[in-house]
Amino acid sequence: MAEQTDYREPEPGRGEEFSPEAEPLNSNGQNSLLEEEEEEEEEGEDLFTEATEEVSLDSPERDVLLSDGPSPVTPPASLISPHLPHNHLYTHCSFDEMEEEDTPDLFDISILVSDPEKVGEGMNAYMAYKVTTQTSMSLFKSPQATVRRRFSDFLGLHGKLATRYLHVGYLVPPAPEKSIVGMTKVKVGKDDSSSNEFVEKRRAALERYLMRTAKHPVLLKDPDLLTFLECSELPRALSTQALSGAGILRMVNKAADAVNKMTIKMTESDTWFEEKQQKFENLDIQLRKLHCSLDSLVCHRKELSVNTALFAKSAAMLGNSEDHTALSRALSQLAEVEEKVEQLHQDQAGADFYLLAELLADYIRLIGSVKGVFDQRVRLWQRLQDSLLLLQKKRDAEAKLHANKPEKLQQARDDIREETEELEGKVQQGERDFEQISKTIRKELFRFEKERVTDFKEVIIKYLESLVQTQQQLIKYWEAFLPEAKAIS
Amino acid sequence: MVAPRCGPVVVVDVVSVSIQQEGLDDGPDFLSEEDRGPRAVNVDLQTDATLQVDISDALSERDKVKFTVHTKSTLPNFKQNEFSVVRQHEEFIWLHDSFVENEDYAGYIIPPAPPRPDFDASREKLQKLGEGEGSMTKEEFTKMKQELEAEYLAIFKKTVAMHEVFLCRVAAHPVLKKDLNFHVFLEYNQDLSVRGKNKKEKLEDFFKNVVKSADGVLVAGVKDVDDFFEHEKTFLLEYHNRVKDASLKSDKMIRSHKNAADDINRISSSLYTLGTQDSTDVCKFFLKVSELLEKTRKIEARVAADEDLKLADLLKYYLRESQAAKDLLYRRGRALVDYENANKALDKARSKNKDVLQAETGQQLCCHKFEKISESAKQELVDFKTRRVAAFRKNLVELAELELKHAKGHLQLLQSCLGILKGDT
Repeated sequence: MAEQTDYREPEPGRGEEFSPEAEPLNSNGQNSLLEEEEEEEEEGEDLFTEATEEVSLDSPERDVLLSDGPSPVTPPASLISPHLPHNHLYTHCSFDEMEEEDTPDLFDISILVSDPEKVGEGMNAYMAYKVTTQTSMSLFKSPQATVRRRFSDFLGLHGKLATRYLHVGYLVPPAPEKSIVGMTKVKVGKDDSSSNEFVEKRRAALERYLMRTAKHPVLLKDPDLLTFLECSELPRALSTQALSGAGILRMVNKAADAVNKMTIKMTESDTWFEEKQQKFENLDIQLRKLHCSLDSLVCHRKELSVNTALFAKSAAMLGNSEDHTALSRALSQLAEVEEKVEQLHQDQAGADFYLLAELLADYIRLIGSVKGVFDQRVRLWQRLQDSLLLLQKKRDAEAKLHANKPEKLQQARDDIREETEELEGKVQQGERDFEQISKTIRKELFRFEKERVTDFKEVIIKYLESLVQTQQQLIKYWEAFLPEAKAIS
Repeated sequence: MVAPRCGPVVVVDVVSVSIQQEGLDDGPDFLSEEDRGPRAVNVDLQTDATLQVDISDALSERDKVKFTVHTKSTLPNFKQNEFSVVRQHEEFIWLHDSFVENEDYAGYIIPPAPPRPDFDASREKLQKLGEGEGSMTKEEFTKMKQELEAEYLAIFKKTVAMHEVFLCRVAAHPVLKKDLNFHVFLEYNQDLSVRGKNKKEKLEDFFKNVVKSADGVLVAGVKDVDDFFEHEKTFLLEYHNRVKDASLKSDKMIRSHKNAADDINRISSSLYTLGTQDSTDVCKFFLKVSELLEKTRKIEARVAADEDLKLADLLKYYLRESQAAKDLLYRRGRALVDYENANKALDKARSKNKDVLQAETGQQLCCHKFEKISESAKQELVDFKTRRVAAFRKNLVELAELELKHAKGHLQLLQSCLGILKGDT
């Protein structure tokens, strides 16, 4: 029972669930809560399979933010910027300041995910991937490290990073999605093209995930990430199960908070945020549309490939039955050309998918993170407002108390004074938090946009190069065929 | 495929398409491939100065197409040397059927009838586009409309070409060109009042075909003494089936190609929107790639169209011709069976010594008929092979040349775009 793996996912790839609670995992990876969770799982499954469908396609990062977890671990002290006076906040901060902090200290790291290997048999089987890190950075113990990881390890890493950093506004890249259907096929041992495709898709996604995470200057320094990349043994991340008791609770909270969010109307005094939010909304819509068209293209190209193969066979048959020898030969050649063309279409569809479609999917999920981070800011603002309100009430109460019988109620006055001071502290902390997250978000978005630009440019160029290759091959094939056709007499 | 010279505006109930607007997009390519020489492409014909037929114009209205058949002839039986009439599809069919039903032509491969002009699919798409107008941006709508119009135009040109090929084949055939019905068809400038077959006649036809195919199987079973014909029989049967299969598969392949091209269109639009919305460096990329995809999509669509013309149409045509050749063999086989039966009847009559003269004449008729068919059939089948080889050669060469041309153009576009984008980063 204790070795239950993470295969009990309720829906394919709709968003992974992981526990926001930083559950203490001792070295065996045993989790005291585990057995309890198992039982709830058995019962809860039917009820909640529907529940999972209703939850919107938002980033699972929001899970982390919406749960009232323990107060966030504060990021390393060196990254907390000096407290800015109020009036600086609501004007456009000079970006020079931010860029200074950004000076990359020779970012040189390459991470490869490769060699997927099936470990174990039956429903307990899983895929293990080889993760190779090559770097010259001093952060790492050695310039090259190779470890074996399974999918739940990646999810575990993501969970920890998200818990730690999302609360304060860092854009933690989302991990690749779970998929029951895909994994089950692999477990069951179907060795066909679709399960191979699934494994390849996942491998590529894991690689992109790690690279993106490593590119983040703050996340790169995170000890958990370093452990993940370097340590040969990693405690099993069991809290990544889809349907745990905590998971169910989260889903309910999420639904409740979605309703709440609609009623939180933040008076945005900084137009920068408003603009950005609108921009990201638009970007989201467009990317989704583009992704949809690309999916359609991949589908049709695959269809074209199949139909070309069928035609090639048919042309070969026709060539066989043709009794004019030269024409017969030419028809067979045509069949050969079409066979090669079929392979070209297949490869091109692959490029369409792995280069473009997956990039778009990644960015659509990343934008989900962005939205989550914006939401978190709104929530902090809300908390601040609540504290301010409470403070005001206390002050009013204090004033009222002052007015009557000052001597007799000394104790009461003292109490209230204490409470007021406490609340004032809270308010100050709330203001600092809000300023901090606003500043972090600005930095993060700046970095995000830069990365987005480089990412897209790079991929577009790679894609065009793949198109160039296809055309060059086409030219070769038809040039070879032309003399054959002319030779018919 | 042959395209007629530019004619006047084509009026359609949903959209107005002008054949003259060849300047539209890459329209000119369509015609520039065609040699201005001998017209028919799927058939390699000797142009005979004594009788030249072509379709100089066509008009599409509602649900029928009116073809203007133009004849130039030095033959004495025509009143003028050059004249034109307007004909509709049904009249072509009437002409074809009159050949088939004429016993004298039993020994010839009757040129296959042109298929009915079918704009239904295109019209449906146009209608759907009209309905979906609200759900897409103005640019997208105009683009799709242009595409559909181009498609409509392409189908239109094809049907004109197919009707023309039929007439040219008849005009080139040494015997058929002299047919009286053909002359009437060419010259009579009134409506031929050929009504389409009514239900009863269509039903009759259907039964006739059933009987014929059953009979055909029987007849085919009879082993032929003549090696040539025996070989032709087996060859044609197999060939016909395989051409049918190849034709179907090529259609599917080309349709997938068109679908992919449509997707590229949508992607191009999305990228354009992204590019206009984006304020970062990458917006230039998006806009450039959107432009590139717009152009490459046109190329892809053209590739699909050319494949359609040079490959799919070729296969479809030879599907029909091989059927006509099979029909010829069937008729010969039928005549052979009749001949053999007549022989048996004669023997029987002689043994009984009854109706001998009748049997003798019957037998002689059958013999004569059979020999006549055999003689011309042999020549026809040899010609068929020559024509077929020539047509395939021409089309395959042109297909390869077009594929190369488009691939090179495509490559150039890609490389220049890449050059610009790389230079920017």
